[in-house]
Amino acid sequence: MAVLVLAEHDNTSLKASTLNTIAAAQKIGGDVTVLVAGSGCEKAAEAAAEAAGVTKVLMADAPALKDQLAENVAAQVLAVADGFSHILAPATAFGKNVLPRVAAKLDVAQISDITAVDASDTFQRPIYAGNAIATVQSADPVKVITVRTTGFDPVAATGNQAPVDPVTGVDDSGTSSWVGAELAKSDRPELTAARVIVSGGRGMGSAENFQMLEKLADKLGAALGASRAAVDAGYAPNDWQVGQTGKIVAPQLYIAIGISGAIQHLAGMKDSKVIVAINKDEEAPIFSVADYGIVGDLFAVVPELIEALG
Amino acid sequence: MKILVPVKRVVDYNVKVRVKSDQSGVDIANVKMSMNPFDEIAIEEAVRLKEQGVATEIIAVSCGPQQCQETLRTAMAIGADRSILVLTDVELQPLAVAKLLAALVAREQPQLVILGKQAIDDDANQTGQMLAALTDLPQATFASKVVVADGKATVTREIDGGLETIAITLPAVVTTDLRLNEPRYVTLPNIMKAKKKTIDTVSPEDLGVDPAPRLKTLKVAEPAARSAGIKVPDVATLVDKLKNEAKVI
Repeated sequence: MAVLVLAEHDNTSLKASTLNTIAAAQKIGGDVTVLVAGSGCEKAAEAAAEAAGVTKVLMADAPALKDQLAENVAAQVLAVADGFSHILAPATAFGKNVLPRVAAKLDVAQISDITAVDASDTFQRPIYAGNAIATVQSADPVKVITVRTTGFDPVAATGNQAPVDPVTGVDDSGTSSWVGAELAKSDRPELTAARVIVSGGRGMGSAENFQMLEKLADKLGAALGASRAAVDAGYAPNDWQVGQTGKIVAPQLYIAIGISGAIQHLAGMKDSKVIVAINKDEEAPIFSVADYGIVGDLFAVVPELIEALG
Repeated sequence: MKILVPVKRVVDYNVKVRVKSDQSGVDIANVKMSMNPFDEIAIEEAVRLKEQGVATEIIAVSCGPQQCQETLRTAMAIGADRSILVLTDVELQPLAVAKLLAALVAREQPQLVILGKQAIDDDANQTGQMLAALTDLPQATFASKVVVADGKATVTREIDGGLETIAITLPAVVTTDLRLNEPRYVTLPNIMKAKKKTIDTVSPEDLGVDPAPRLKTLKVAEPAARSAGIKVPDVATLVDKLKNEAKVI
């Protein structure tokens, strides 16, 4: 067996999701090769070489890979895919965008969002917003897989010294070009990698009230999240959404404030280690998954909590 | 310009599915079925492009059993002009659907295919990207804004950490995210009109596609249950528990 991991990176560093994906690759077994496809991506390739469990790094450095466009990155994966039994990427916006193209070109099924490796051809994955866990087996010659990062503890980011082999970069497809990005600038940890998440729901009532959660997040060094209802109401930006169709998170501590707990939201956070719910409705479904619940007015409880945390 | 919109019939958003006791799958007998919500957004976007004068014809496609006709009628009530049903009782996986759609793209030559980023039953998030690969078309996934002009689509995409805008040449494949639009309510007159629109039926054989599933589902189980914890009376107790019992702060 030989596993290829497509690294998610920003040319200078690896995204944490890559370390979880390498961990899944180790569970499958065999050599783990990491492909870093980017432009001016030497630092990212060096970081990949330091990650525990990596046998070899392939570095494709080409202008066409600068913006991580799906057409070009998928072509790069296909260019090096020969000889690998498994091709893995994190089930993030990046991996989900690229990997199905690779699977289709290889004429194999993709196994999305795996949460466990049962055997080298058998994997578990959640379906129906996590209300059921399917165990699926692939008979395809190559297994193309996206990895739910919360299902696998990350490998150590340092301590290894795998060789870095440059490979020829692909040409631009000519059909897609990058125009711009609006990325949230924040000192807070990334939502999917945070140790603590403070998340607000419709009960927050307004975007202004969400600022109260920022204070709480500051005290805890937490990332901020939101339910779909809060995002739809315009209280919080789109990329804060936690749930079936938003981000899947599993922090050490998840504090759900004014969130009732629709199944689609629970699908995104119920693997958190400790869940705290603050809601005025004691019948709210969020309490059925919370380790600690406070029934009360969040506008009284949250300031008190901020105070208590000193 | 023609737009092709694939739509999937799925268990309704509000139904909490139950795993069958023999672990062979989830029980979908007698549960409410609806159009996949992301596909509804796709149809709405196509209709808006037609209303703007960008698109001239909208073709809805669904792959599956006879009952998919209901989903196609809904698509036509929202505003699709005609429909194609790829009729099969075989369990369809994303690769097979992408191949069926690729055959229809070759036949209909649409400038744009708009479909949901994922179906809320298998949560696979593959079909649009696979279709783009099989047809060698550019893709813009997870769209929150689509502008079509001058032979290209400028698409704002929801990515981790914010938004990204890319420009793709047409023809192209676009997959929808939640906040692309809010689908309109279907009105009774439009439901009546949709009944008069045509649904052409084809088979996978007609399209030269073998739809046999590639992945075998060995079992479907309930997720590990998370038991409810305790309610604490006040903030002081909560902070104490988090510090000394859970040890997470």
